Amino acid sequence: MRRDIFQAIADPTRRAIITLIAVQAMTPNAIADNFHITRQAVSKHLRILTECELIKQEYKGREIYYQLEIDKMKEIDKWIEQFRKIWETRFNQLDKVLSTIKKQKK
Amino acid sequence: MTNTLLFDFTVDKVKKTVYITREFDADLSLVWDAFTKAELIDQWIAPKPMTAKTKYQDFKVGGKRFYAMISPEGQERWAMQEYTSISPKTNFKMYNAFADKDENLELPGSEWDHNFSEGNGTTTVNIAIYNESLERMERILDGFTQGMKMSLSNLENLLATLSKK
Repeated sequence: MRRDIFQAIADPTRRAIITLIAVQAMTPNAIADNFHITRQAVSKHLRILTECELIKQEYKGREIYYQLEIDKMKEIDKWIEQFRKIWETRFNQLDKVLSTIKKQKK
Repeated sequence: MTNTLLFDFTVDKVKKTVYITREFDADLSLVWDAFTKAELIDQWIAPKPMTAKTKYQDFKVGGKRFYAMISPEGQERWAMQEYTSISPKTNFKMYNAFADKDENLELPGSEWDHNFSEGNGTTTVNIAIYNESLERMERILDGFTQGMKMSLSNLENLLATLSKK
């Protein structure tokens, strides 16, 4: 299922999970120890984050570790930057329209 | 044109809202017109090489503007705006949704809130755009970047043809 990145980061627990594993890869149990919610609830958050490809699983021996997909996080910034550029272009165009009208009025 | 005009762009992912602030070197009533009169909006709203075309506009509460963004190849992307609140030269709000050419809306859309203020000879516009989903905003962006890429590849083809001569 294609998930929305907003959905991934809209939830405070999921943002806290991202902050936690940004520092180091962690097992689901170690992650859950940081929250006063059920392990099941933590698993659900981890599943959503995985589906959004913001985190990925890595096996070390028998243990699963979750780690942050830095590139995916960068993608969000890149996306925002592109959107910002569109508005910059628009407003530069508007500056020209405004100055043309002002000249016509004089 | 001065380069000191304020431009601020932030995305609040939690509130699913984009905040844009921009100053303009023009008086309030002119900037208001540029944001609310279709014949002026069409002149700047589409980032080049895209163009904008308004089919009809009725600027009043409950009124609509039906318009298209057109790629250099002539591909039209239609959208409908419905004005939900208007306080002349101060604020207007609208609901924006993609549509097909027959005005069938693709919901959900986004909620736009514009605030206008004047001071020291410049006019400041604050825009807040609330989106149900980032995915939808990604689609907007895709449309624009595709349009730009297409025109760039056109240019490449043109240059290739010219250099053969």
